[in-house]
Amino acid sequence: MNNILEMRNITKVFPGVLALDNVSLEVTRGEIHAICGENGAGKSTLMKVLSGVYGYGTYDGDIVYEGEVQSFKTIRDSEAKGIVIIHQELALSPHLSIAENIFLNNEITKGGLIDWNKTGQEAQILMAKVGLREKPDTKILEIGVGKQQLVEIAKALSKRVKLLILDEPTAALNDEDSEHLLNLLRQLRSQGISCIIISHKLNEIAEIADKTTIIRDGKVIETLDMTAGKVDQERIIKGMVGREMDNRYPTRTPNIGEEILRVENWTVHHPDDANRIAVDNANINVKRGEIVGLAGIMGAGRTELARSLFGHSWGSGITGKVFVNGKEVPVNTIRQAMDAGIAYATEDRKRFGLNLIDDVKRNITIASLDKFVKRGLVDDNEEFRVGSEYRESMNIKAPSVLSIVGKLSGGNQQKVVLSQWINIKPEILILDEPTRGIDVGAKYEIYLIIQKLVSEGKGVIVISSELPELIGICDRIYAISEGVITGEVERKDFSPELLMKYMTKEKEKTNV
Amino acid sequence: MSDVTTPAKKGFFANLSDRLEGVNLRQNGIFLALLGLIVFFAITTPNSASITPDNWSNLVVQNGYILVLAIGMVMVIIAGHIDLSVGSLAAFIGAVAGVLVVRPLEQDGWDWLPALPWWGGILGAILVGALVGVWQGYWVAYVGIPAFIVTLAGMLLFRGMALMTLQNSNIGPFPDEFRAIGNGFLDKENSLGTSIGLPADLNAWALVGTAIGILALWYSGISRRAGRIKYGQPTEPGFWFLGKNIALTLMVGYVGFQLARANGIPFTLILLIALILIYTMIMNKTTFGRHIYAIGGNVHAAMLSGINVKRVNFWLFVNMGALAALSGILITARMNSAVPKAGDGFELDAISSVFIGGAAVQGGVGTVTGSMVGGLIQGVLGNGMNLSSVGIDAQMTIKGLVLLLAVAFDVWSKRRK
Repeated sequence: MNNILEMRNITKVFPGVLALDNVSLEVTRGEIHAICGENGAGKSTLMKVLSGVYGYGTYDGDIVYEGEVQSFKTIRDSEAKGIVIIHQELALSPHLSIAENIFLNNEITKGGLIDWNKTGQEAQILMAKVGLREKPDTKILEIGVGKQQLVEIAKALSKRVKLLILDEPTAALNDEDSEHLLNLLRQLRSQGISCIIISHKLNEIAEIADKTTIIRDGKVIETLDMTAGKVDQERIIKGMVGREMDNRYPTRTPNIGEEILRVENWTVHHPDDANRIAVDNANINVKRGEIVGLAGIMGAGRTELARSLFGHSWGSGITGKVFVNGKEVPVNTIRQAMDAGIAYATEDRKRFGLNLIDDVKRNITIASLDKFVKRGLVDDNEEFRVGSEYRESMNIKAPSVLSIVGKLSGGNQQKVVLSQWINIKPEILILDEPTRGIDVGAKYEIYLIIQKLVSEGKGVIVISSELPELIGICDRIYAISEGVITGEVERKDFSPELLMKYMTKEKEKTNV
Repeated sequence: MSDVTTPAKKGFFANLSDRLEGVNLRQNGIFLALLGLIVFFAITTPNSASITPDNWSNLVVQNGYILVLAIGMVMVIIAGHIDLSVGSLAAFIGAVAGVLVVRPLEQDGWDWLPALPWWGGILGAILVGALVGVWQGYWVAYVGIPAFIVTLAGMLLFRGMALMTLQNSNIGPFPDEFRAIGNGFLDKENSLGTSIGLPADLNAWALVGTAIGILALWYSGISRRAGRIKYGQPTEPGFWFLGKNIALTLMVGYVGFQLARANGIPFTLILLIALILIYTMIMNKTTFGRHIYAIGGNVHAAMLSGINVKRVNFWLFVNMGALAALSGILITARMNSAVPKAGDGFELDAISSVFIGGAAVQGGVGTVTGSMVGGLIQGVLGNGMNLSSVGIDAQMTIKGLVLLLAVAFDVWSKRRK
């Protein structure tokens, strides 16, 4: 039995979305198998099916593991068989010690009580295996992300892992920690532990993986044998992005004017870790009537750049200058940014964008409420009138502007968010993932709204994880990787390969 | 809710059911519960003692200070906080008012204070209440300590300060003008009534006040409705509007008439009505009020909409402090004495009123009028059970169950949607 795992013809459907379409995957015993694909291609869904998060019966197809068809109902079932998944957001309890975390929900007991001596001893053995030099009773919050990752792997080893799944394991790590982790994976491989790794860092994949499977739009495109030595990053990128463009994007003739926004030497640090740089010396500009894209993989610093510009609403230790219409403006608070003419529509409308228990009208007017005040009192008739105008012009499908926003579909909620920001009459709109989680028809409408905004002379920055979308609607695209603006591409030079190259560019190489 | 491009008329009715399903049903529900309670006790209390003119009068003055607290509390709760300190704060402010107005403790070091007239004492006491609110607001809004902790500390702190200020004794009696706020009536002697030939036991000012109230009810209702119609806003159906206002007219008329047969309109009631009107307007028609709902609904979204969340939270607690002070003044005036144990447990009555009145524990939902009805439900329940000679043990049990069931009703009705 050479294959430890065979996933056969897996199909997984969410309401209205075909997330996985007849996906098959084979992992040989003792190999490192990389899975690549754009955001939303279906990588995480596949791993959730494998680990039992989406239990047996919720998908079609077979999972054959160790030569037997498995029917994992929960993540506990898969762990019992030695399949352990480590998510990008680590699942450690920060106030507990390393040893306690390693044996969390798997405690070593004697007579019903926890045997702390044995726990400490076993933890030390496991920590030595992963090269973690700390005391077992050190708390998780006292060690860095790199070491936390090692704790997760030690935890997996304590469960007698045979197939280890890592989701973006090095995304939050520095180079030294990444290198250590990759070495550890090689070591585990030599001990016969198989590994599936999901990563956007293509150079790492090229370096470590034995095989690479590329997923796009829920389908397996190809599985590349990396050991032959012919596969480089360009080759992987080609597989990830290669898809034909159709007329999913409305056409327009751009009418681009003078510069409206310029950001100079913008540097932002992580709010929790003042030493971690989230945005590194970024310089960007937007012109009137221009749609500028900001392309980057998740965690590259796109949202961080946008939100720090929008009134320092994210980050710490922010330095740099912002000019609107050639004049330097302060953006230290959200009010100042709004007064300067900047609007920001969030990527996560439910968490950061809308008051879901309130109605359409009030959600539209909340950012511009001062405009509705007459003699000290808010004129709710006027709010109704303006809200109804937006409902009409933005085609918000709700029975009335008095409908509760939480009951609307994602696309209509997004139109409410856009209405809210358009009504502050901004000069520049930063739209963060404006089409995330909405259906194709609504996406088209959103593109039309964006085009209308720039035709009125505003500048628009669109942040998106979908490269075809940016290529379809933008006049110019900045690529950002690890907080650094790694490239600026004009429309005539747009190509997914070029952009993906910039987006996956590593920091050191840009500095050379 | 996917593709629904409904024609105007259909949208109108869809919206009506939406509104009846939402706030209105809940509001009307507790209102009907209050009416049901009143009718229940009218039938069950011996000699219908619960609906005598004097008892109506009592009901207002006995619950006034809880209702004043509930106004501030509903705002705090809508924003997603809580205030456990208001009972203690009311006691402390009663003590402050005693020192400012009565000043019996000259030998204990307060003699440097100038003697204040009764109104100066009231203003001073409210100012101190607002300053206490500044203290609590600072910790909640700018330091970021949860209000539960800050006000739990405040509960002990202000009780302790009340004890210190009062030196473990009582201060009293208060001047008549001061007492009138909690105990007085508008033209109790009915000099207006007797001069125009009304019977001595029918207070003329109470009748005038009732008439003004009814006129204001209709005027504001009609003008609001007209404004909404002009802008094409959906409105309640005509029959509903008429029926509701006629019912309200009858109720206001009935209570007003009963008050006229008792001692007239209590000053507490005048104060309360003014506060309800002002704060309903603040919550519905000012940016401050709308920001409170936005913060309670989704604090992240509120912040990203440019709302200064810290400042709103800060002023919420300053406001709560001032209203707690007012409540403390009402208690002190009614008892004619500042006592260390005043206001004990009132924070819980105020919080119950707010939740019975339809506010959500998660914040973002609630109204001033709902909280008033919630407070009255508790008041009528307590009053009726007292008159029926129900023991304090049973009273507490029943009040606890009422609170639990009122909130459970909310949870169930939400789940059913």
